[in-house]
Amino acid sequence: MRNHRLLLVAFLALALSGAYGQGLTPAELLKPPADSWPTYNGDYSGRRFSSLTQINASNVHNLSLAWATRFTAGGGGGRGGGVQIKSTPLLVNGILYFTSPNNVWAADARTGRELWHYEYPPNTGSTIGNRGVGMYGNWLFFESPDSNLVSLDARTGKLRWKVSIADPKLDYTSTVAPVVIGNHIVTGIGGDHLDNPGFIQSRDPETGALQWKWWTTPRKGEPGMETWPDEYSSAHGTGQAWIPGTYDPELNLYIVGTGNPNPVMAEKSRKGDDLYTCSIVALNPDTGKLVWYFQPSPHDVHDWDAVETPILFDGVIDGQQRKLVAQASRNGYFFVLDRTTGKRIVGTPFIDTVNWAKGFDAKGQPIANPAKYPTTDGVLVSPSSNGATNWQAPSYDPDTGLFYVGTSRSYSMFYLTDTDDHPEGWGGLDTGVGNEGNALLAIDYRTGKAVWRHDWPSGSGIVNNLSTAGKLLFTSNGSNLIAFQAATGKILWHTGLMASPSAGPITYLLDGKQYVLVAAGDSLYAFTVNRPAP
Amino acid sequence: MLNRERGALPLLLLLAAGASLTAQEPAAGRAGRSQGRGEAAAVSGSKEDPAAVGRGAKLYQTNCAGCHGATARGGVGAPDLIRSSLVLDDEKGILIAPVLRNGRPDAGMPKPNLTEAEIGDVIAWLHVQTFAAGHRTTYAFQDVLTGDAKKGEAYFATTCGSCHSATGDLKGIGSRYDAFALQARWLQPRGGRGGGRGGRGAATASARGAVTVTVMLASGQKVSGTLDRIDDFSVSLHDASGDYHSFTREGDSPRVEVHDPLKPHTDLLAKYTDADIHNVTAYLVTLK
Ligand code: HEC
Ligand code: HEC
Repeated sequence: MRNHRLLLVAFLALALSGAYGQGLTPAELLKPPADSWPTYNGDYSGRRFSSLTQINASNVHNLSLAWATRFTAGGGGGRGGGVQIKSTPLLVNGILYFTSPNNVWAADARTGRELWHYEYPPNTGSTIGNRGVGMYGNWLFFESPDSNLVSLDARTGKLRWKVSIADPKLDYTSTVAPVVIGNHIVTGIGGDHLDNPGFIQSRDPETGALQWKWWTTPRKGEPGMETWPDEYSSAHGTGQAWIPGTYDPELNLYIVGTGNPNPVMAEKSRKGDDLYTCSIVALNPDTGKLVWYFQPSPHDVHDWDAVETPILFDGVIDGQQRKLVAQASRNGYFFVLDRTTGKRIVGTPFIDTVNWAKGFDAKGQPIANPAKYPTTDGVLVSPSSNGATNWQAPSYDPDTGLFYVGTSRSYSMFYLTDTDDHPEGWGGLDTGVGNEGNALLAIDYRTGKAVWRHDWPSGSGIVNNLSTAGKLLFTSNGSNLIAFQAATGKILWHTGLMASPSAGPITYLLDGKQYVLVAAGDSLYAFTVNRPAP
Repeated sequence: MLNRERGALPLLLLLAAGASLTAQEPAAGRAGRSQGRGEAAAVSGSKEDPAAVGRGAKLYQTNCAGCHGATARGGVGAPDLIRSSLVLDDEKGILIAPVLRNGRPDAGMPKPNLTEAEIGDVIAWLHVQTFAAGHRTTYAFQDVLTGDAKKGEAYFATTCGSCHSATGDLKGIGSRYDAFALQARWLQPRGGRGGGRGGRGAATASARGAVTVTVMLASGQKVSGTLDRIDDFSVSLHDASGDYHSFTREGDSPRVEVHDPLKPHTDLLAKYTDADIHNVTAYLVTLK
C-alpha cells in the first residue's frame, strides 16, 4: 500500500515534469492561459490588462504579501552597484523568469525561491536596464549589454548559444525583451551616441541565425529616402527600437516604436522628416517588410523616442467597430491610429505644457516648430528630453475604455553644442529646469482627453501600469504600490515597498489563486488575497 | 546618477531629468555642469596620454586634415573617421596602425610618411575624437550671452522685482555663477546649481526657498513646519523647534496645505519667451 503510493507519487512527478518539459508553445502566446504571464506585456496586444477578477475592487483592501525575495546580481547588474529589476517577469508553469542587465533568474512562483541564476560575463555594455526574456518552448532569450542574443535552457539556466546582434564598439547596447512570434525571435537594440544605424532583426529560435533585418532608416532607392538629405545621413540616422512591440495575429503585423534620429539635437545635416525615426511602424514578422508607418515626431530634435508601447485594441469610432492602435508618445501627444492602415484617428497633447509644435501635417503628425530646435544659447521646451511619458508601461482596460499612462509636465532647456556643418553624436545637451507636476491619466481613446487624473504630491509620475477585469488599476508612486478603482481614479489600496517599483506589475493565477507581482529594485513582491481557513 | 524611477523626490516640482533609454546615460549637462567639459574632459576620459594627443593633433592637421577634414568628419573623397567602424573598433592601434603604415594607395589614400611613434600619436588623437563624440559629458556649452541686458533689466523689474532685488538678495549673483550655470539657476533655483535632479536635501540656497506644510488635524489643531516628505499616504515635517512630526493620510484627512515659495518660479516657465530668457541672463551676469 505504502509502496504503491510512493510509486504513484513518482509517476505523477514524472508526468508533471513531462508537462513542464513542454515549456511554452508559440501557439499558447496567441491565447495565454490565465495561469501565465508569458510575454513582456502579458499578451501580444500590449494592453497589460488581465481578465482575472478574483482580486477585485471589493476585496483589494485585503491584498497582502505572500512572499518577498531579494536577488543578488553579478556582472554589473545595475547602476551604482544596486540591482534594478526593470524587466517584467514572465510566469510560465509556475516559474518566474526575469532579468537585470547581465543577469537572468528563475524563481518558484509559489515561494519566491531562486531556482537558478545565470550571470553573463563582464563586458563594457551599458547596464541601464534590461526589459526581460522572451520564451519559446524550453528556451529563454535575452539581450546582453554588449549586444548578444543569448539563449538559455529555461529548466537549468544553462547557456545554449549566443550570437552577436550588433557591434558594442559602435555604441550599440541592448535591453529589449525579445518578442517571440511563431518561429521568429524579434530583437531590438539601443544606443544613439555615435550615429550608428538602427535596425530590428528576427532570429531563428533554434540557432540564432538571422532571418531578416529591417533598417529603421531607408537605404538607397527605398521609399522614405526623400525625407533625408542623402543616403549618408539616413544610414547614420539611428532610430533604435528599444522597447518590445506588439503583434496583431489576424493582420500579421508586428507594431513597434522607433527612437530618435541622429545626430540627436543637431539637425543641420538631416533636414527633412527623417523616416522612420520617432515612428510607429507595422512590419510583417515573416519578412521584415514595412507595411505602414505613422511618425509622432517628424524631424525630432529633442530625443523623444516614439518607442512607448503601441497598444492594440478594438473600439468604436463614429459608430464603427475599428481595429486600433494607441500610443501616448514621449513628445506629449496621444495618438490613436487604424492599425490596418496606420491612418490617424485621434491626435492631441496629453499634457498642457507642450510648446514645440505648430499644428498637424496632412497625415495628422505634429509639425515641429523650428524656433524650438536647440540653439547655442538654449530654448525652453516642454516636455523635457525625458518626455511627457517614457518606456514605462501604459495599460488599456477594455471594460472602462480608458488608456492609463504615467505623465510629467516637464521642461528642459535644449542647447546646441555642435555647430559644425557635420555635427555628430548628440550634438547638444539639455538641462531639466522644472516640472509643473506628475500625474496618472485615464484617457478616453475616442477623444484623447483624460476622464480622470491623479496628481501625485511627490515622486516620479512616469510609472508602469496594469489593469484588470476586477475593476482595478495597479500603478506606483515612489515606493508605494497602489490599486485604483479603474473607472473613477479612487485609491482603494496601497502598500509601501523597500524600493520604488522598477518594472510593470503582473497578475496571474497559481493553483487557482490570483496573485499580483511586482519587481522593485532588487526584489520581487507577490501579493494575494488570503481566504479564510476552510 | 539617480534613475528617475528610483529617485524619491520630495516634491512634484522637482525635476524630471532621468533615464531615458536611447538617451541612455543622463547627460551631465542635465545637472547644469558647465565646467570640466570640452577637449580636456575628452582627453582624460579616453585615458590617452595628453602629450601624445597634443603631438597627434598637429600631425593630423599637417598630414590628414586636407583629405579627412579638420575635425576628422570627412572631406571630399575621404571618409569620416569618427563614424568609421575601423576607428571605433580599434584598440591600441591594432586596426588603425596598418592603414597609417601603408596607406590605401589603390583607394585614394597615399602612404603617410610617419614614424611608428608619430602613428601612435595620431591614433591617440583619433581616439580622443571618437570618445568626445560619444560622450555628452565632454560636450562644451557655447555662448549663452546673446541677449540684451537692457531689455533683461526691464523684464526683471516687472516680473522678478516683487520678490528679488538687484542690489539686495541677487547682488553679486553674476560673479557667483558662470553665465550658463546662472541661466540654469535662475530658471530653476531648486535642485542645486543648474537645476539638475533634486532629491532630498538638494534644496535652494536659503530657507526662503524651503517648502513648508500645515497639517490640520480633526481636533482643530494645526501643525506647521518645513516639509520633510509627502505622498498620498503620509506627510512629515520639522516644526519651528526642530521636532519631527509625521501623519498618516487617507484621502483628504487630515487636510494638508503645502506651500512652495518656488512654485511661482516653476509657473513662470510657461510664460517666458526664449528671448526673455536670454535677456534676463544677459542682465543678471552684470550683477557683480
Ligand atoms: C590624399 C587623401 C588622404 C590623406 C592625406 C589621408 N587619407 Fe586616410 N583615407 C583616404 C581615403 C580616400 C580613404 C578611404 C580608403 C578606402 O576607401 O578604403 C582613407 C581611409 C582612411 C582610414 C580607414 C577608414 C576606414 O573606415 O576604413 C583611416 C583610419 C585613415 N584614412 C586615416 C588617415 C590618417 C590618420 C591620415 C593622416 C596621417 C590620412 N588618413 C591621410 C584619403 C586620405
Ligand atoms: C514670487 C516670488 C518670486 C518671483 C516672482 C521670482 N522669484 Fe526668484 N526666487 C524666489 C525664491 C523664493 C527663491 C529661493 C530663494 C533662495 O533660495 O534664497 C528664488 C531664487 C532665485 C534665484 C537663486 C538665487 C541664488 O542665490 O542662487 C535667482 C537667480 C532668481 N530667483 C531669479 C529670479 C528671476 C530672474 C525672476 C524673474 C524672471 C524671479 N526669480 C522671479 C522667488 C521668486
